[in-house]
Amino acid sequence: MSEEKSDLIDVQINGEWHSFPKGTRMIEACREAGVEVPHYCYHPKLTSPGNCRMCLVEMGMPPRPRPGDDPPEPDEEGHLPISWIPRPAIACANTIAPNMGIRTESEMTEECRKGVMELLLANHPLDCPICDQAGECSLQEFSVEHGKGESRFREQKVKKPKNVEVGPRIRLDDERCIMCSRCIRFTDEIADDPVLGFTDRGSHTVLAVYPGRELANNYSLNTVDICPVGALTSNDFRFQMRVWFMKETKTIDTNCATGANITVFSREDKIYRITPRQNNDVNSDWMPDSHRLNFHWIESEARLTDPLVKKGGVHEQAGWQEAIATSADKLAGLEGSEIAIIASARMTNEELLMTNRLVKHLKAGHVDTVARNGEADGYLISADRNPNTNGVKLVLGLDNPGSQIEAIKKGIEQGRIKAVIALQENLVDDAGFSAELLAKLDFLFTTYPLANPTADAAHVVLPGAGWAEKSGTMINVTGRLQRLNKVIDGPGQTLEPWEIIRDLIQATGGGNGIYAVTDIFKQLTQEVSEFKDLTWGQIGDLGIPLIETGETIPLLEREKERVAKGLIVG
Amino acid sequence: MAIVVKRPKLKWWEQLYIPGIISGMRVTLGHFIKIVSGRKKVTMQYPEEKWDDQLPEHYRGAPALVTDEQDRERCVACQLCEFICPPRAITIKPEEIPGDDKWAKVEKRPKAFDIDMIRCIYCGLCEEVCPEQAIFLRKDYAITGTSREEMVHNKSKLYEIGGVRVGLVNKWNELK
Amino acid sequence: MDWQIIIAASIKIVVFVFLVTLPLVAMSVWAERRVSAAIQDRVGPNRVGPAGLLQAVADGIKFLLKEDFTPDHVRKGYFWLAPALVMVPALMTSAVLPFGSSLFGERMVIADLNVGPLFVFAVASLSVYGIVLAGWASNSKYPFLGGVRSTSQMISYEISLGLSVVPLIMIYGELNLSSIVQYQAENGWALLPLWGEGLSFKGFLLTIPIVISFIVFMTSMFAETNRLPFDLPECETELVAGYHTEYSSMKFALFFLGEYAAMIIGSGLAVTLFFGGWSLPFGWLTPETVDAAVPWWHGLIHIGTFFAKVIALILFFIVIRWTLPRFRYDQLMRLGWVFFFEIALFNVVLTALLMWWLA
Repeated sequence: MSEEKSDLIDVQINGEWHSFPKGTRMIEACREAGVEVPHYCYHPKLTSPGNCRMCLVEMGMPPRPRPGDDPPEPDEEGHLPISWIPRPAIACANTIAPNMGIRTESEMTEECRKGVMELLLANHPLDCPICDQAGECSLQEFSVEHGKGESRFREQKVKKPKNVEVGPRIRLDDERCIMCSRCIRFTDEIADDPVLGFTDRGSHTVLAVYPGRELANNYSLNTVDICPVGALTSNDFRFQMRVWFMKETKTIDTNCATGANITVFSREDKIYRITPRQNNDVNSDWMPDSHRLNFHWIESEARLTDPLVKKGGVHEQAGWQEAIATSADKLAGLEGSEIAIIASARMTNEELLMTNRLVKHLKAGHVDTVARNGEADGYLISADRNPNTNGVKLVLGLDNPGSQIEAIKKGIEQGRIKAVIALQENLVDDAGFSAELLAKLDFLFTTYPLANPTADAAHVVLPGAGWAEKSGTMINVTGRLQRLNKVIDGPGQTLEPWEIIRDLIQATGGGNGIYAVTDIFKQLTQEVSEFKDLTWGQIGDLGIPLIETGETIPLLEREKERVAKGLIVG
Repeated sequence: MAIVVKRPKLKWWEQLYIPGIISGMRVTLGHFIKIVSGRKKVTMQYPEEKWDDQLPEHYRGAPALVTDEQDRERCVACQLCEFICPPRAITIKPEEIPGDDKWAKVEKRPKAFDIDMIRCIYCGLCEEVCPEQAIFLRKDYAITGTSREEMVHNKSKLYEIGGVRVGLVNKWNELK
Repeated sequence: MDWQIIIAASIKIVVFVFLVTLPLVAMSVWAERRVSAAIQDRVGPNRVGPAGLLQAVADGIKFLLKEDFTPDHVRKGYFWLAPALVMVPALMTSAVLPFGSSLFGERMVIADLNVGPLFVFAVASLSVYGIVLAGWASNSKYPFLGGVRSTSQMISYEISLGLSVVPLIMIYGELNLSSIVQYQAENGWALLPLWGEGLSFKGFLLTIPIVISFIVFMTSMFAETNRLPFDLPECETELVAGYHTEYSSMKFALFFLGEYAAMIIGSGLAVTLFFGGWSLPFGWLTPETVDAAVPWWHGLIHIGTFFAKVIALILFFIVIRWTLPRFRYDQLMRLGWVFFFEIALFNVVLTALLMWWLA
């Protein structure tokens, strides 16, 4: 936005004058002025067809004098009088004009809204007790605010298909649909998979999938999020929990380096669903389905719940103190060069700082993390599937994470490396270590949320918290520092990895005064120059740019182009 | 502000307390004699004598689920009762009705519906909030058990207490 | 002293104290609950045994089986000692009470002391130690306040209690309770001088100080036994349960029983002093002298008479409890020190003057 005064336009909203940049939509101007204009079809990231008519407002312009009449006199602030237009205008698709007047609380506006609500509700089924959208449904909210409270519609409601499988993850209820076309526009404009459309135009209009196709792209569940009613519902979340019971925790996605901002919905230490959270510098309003649904393992039967120590070839349950003391004993007799530490790029910066301390404390000769690379999908999924590779480079000081793994394998093979400390990594499945190789070790220490082949071979197995059970900060692919927040408590005796590493350092004779993850962050700000003068609160919900990586997120680039063309608000 | 309580001025014989004691004892002994002689009866000998037929129409006993005349469970697991329940006695696990079920078009039903009768305070808010008129407070009041598990009424127990509600059940009409 | 006396005394102790008084305590608890229930239009315990008579047994078993919980913060030794110190003096006073004339040539009194009333007051005043110890050893605020209250209450009322008996002793000229009863049997009960020497102008005139004595004695007895309207040491509305707040199980039961035992012994003393003890009215079936042998059925009737009078007085205690509200503490102290103390003193002087004038 330009700072220049000439780009700003004065607009009167509900009797008060505000200034907005030229080209602002009326609905956005109202929102910035603190006035909510109810809407269904409008979405700032999509084009505006203006088909729901809910955002009708009363609009006015300065009167144009008849030839020969005097032009209207501006008042002392320079504003001209407004003559109100008898026909309402939609606020979503119209941009503001100089000296425009908008009334969102006038009698005409209220009448318009009441009429639109009545028509929308005429055919809408009254199955709110069943509908998953109840509680976060715009139709419910606006019918409370602007509806009539009773129906004048005496005729039979139109019957439409219910419970239609439109895709592998999505169910459609056409009776609930209010034809806002947000899902159609999303699949067309954002997901580039235009499979949805309206058919049977008229009072029997239905949303339908193109024959022979299905709504199966990896971003399909975003249509459920933007659906203002319960027409599109997620199979995964369907009928699981009512929205008003759930606690919303703002955190970030850890499935790839993009670090999409998400809101996690949980109740009584169980996660029910994940939705994307708007952050125009990371993920806009969207997130991929594959990442969104990757949380069911948190409740898996295979979760490690207690520290285990191998005694006579069998893992036995042990207390934390015993497990840490056993590890300290085993490590005490080893040279630094005999120890390898394999950390994880899924760990937070705080955990990596503690790992760094452990490396220095044990004088470990070999340090690395496991790299995970895949295909970038050209939207939000980054090729780097580790959420904090930049953190590893910055905090752990590895220039090329993942390059030492083969050397460590060789070291174990030759017997030079006798102990491996695997933090939050499954070496067998993810780093290609064979069980025979790991059997050569004198001591294998591993922390991980789930039981796995590496844990089978380990001498000490500790339950380390998964992403939803710990707090910290991570640096995404564009170099943005973001906060990971704890959503639920880990099962059993699970501890956050930084606590485990702290205890291990302490048990091997190192001292520290760390009691909370924010203590480590404070030390980060003192020890790593990029973090200098940062505070935990400063990062906020949306994160802050920390370093320059030169990487971009393709979906955001395309969004910027559309904003520049004036297609969307952004 | 201090309030000065006006004390009654007692006569000298009143100050002796003895007339007061005697008149007091006349009252207490009067009650004593009436009860002992059986001329007055106030208490009901509960387990032998019951007041079931005297229960008022609006009596609030154990909450229960009801089915309609077609044996369909009215509850659709909207969880509003779970939300409104002040002591959080209600726990509901919803599920989708499978497609081959007779009532598949209803889509949703409770998989588990537990009411912890140790917690229940018989306030009737669940009945009042229910949009499907599926939960009612019946007249069962002797809810007993010897373990906590026994005191949790599960779905089958709730339907057993509730039975069938025939006809249009409107919670505000005289039917209840 | 030979073994026959010891055996006879032992039998009397066992029979009178353990087989009569203690069951009577239990029964009076039951009576208290039933009577209070009837007064308040309730039913009361009526489930255990016929008419709930075995409720006392059930309560006893419950008290025995409950966890005997000793809080961590108490002074253990004194905490354990206190209940016993309440119970034992209450039962000890029964030693000098004549509960019958004689049976099979054996005098129906455990110890025929010549200083009967003095012994009773001496021993009864010991029970204040139990309450004070309980209040202090519990180491918590409510028991402490209860203990402090009971100390001053009992000390205050002991004075008027002792003084109220003095006129009687002056009239009887006797401190042996057996002889006092024999005197009343022959010459009319203290409050009912309708036969023998009592049926005279002198007898009627001396009834005036005796009635005053009776009122002071009974009121002080209420205060001494911590019964309502003077149960301030344990008043529930202010002190939870007063000095026995921290007690549970059998230790609590001992306080409870001690209170009722004291009530029974107090009733026994009042009966002995004012209502002719075991004697029947109008001199019926009166033995010749204190030591005279009487037929065994006379002896049984006398024992029965004594307990009938005691039970009547217990019922009076109970009805009073459910009739009168609790006094305020300052009212209680005022009543004790400003009224009863003076009235009792004046009564002694009045009796002396009357006796001097009548002599």
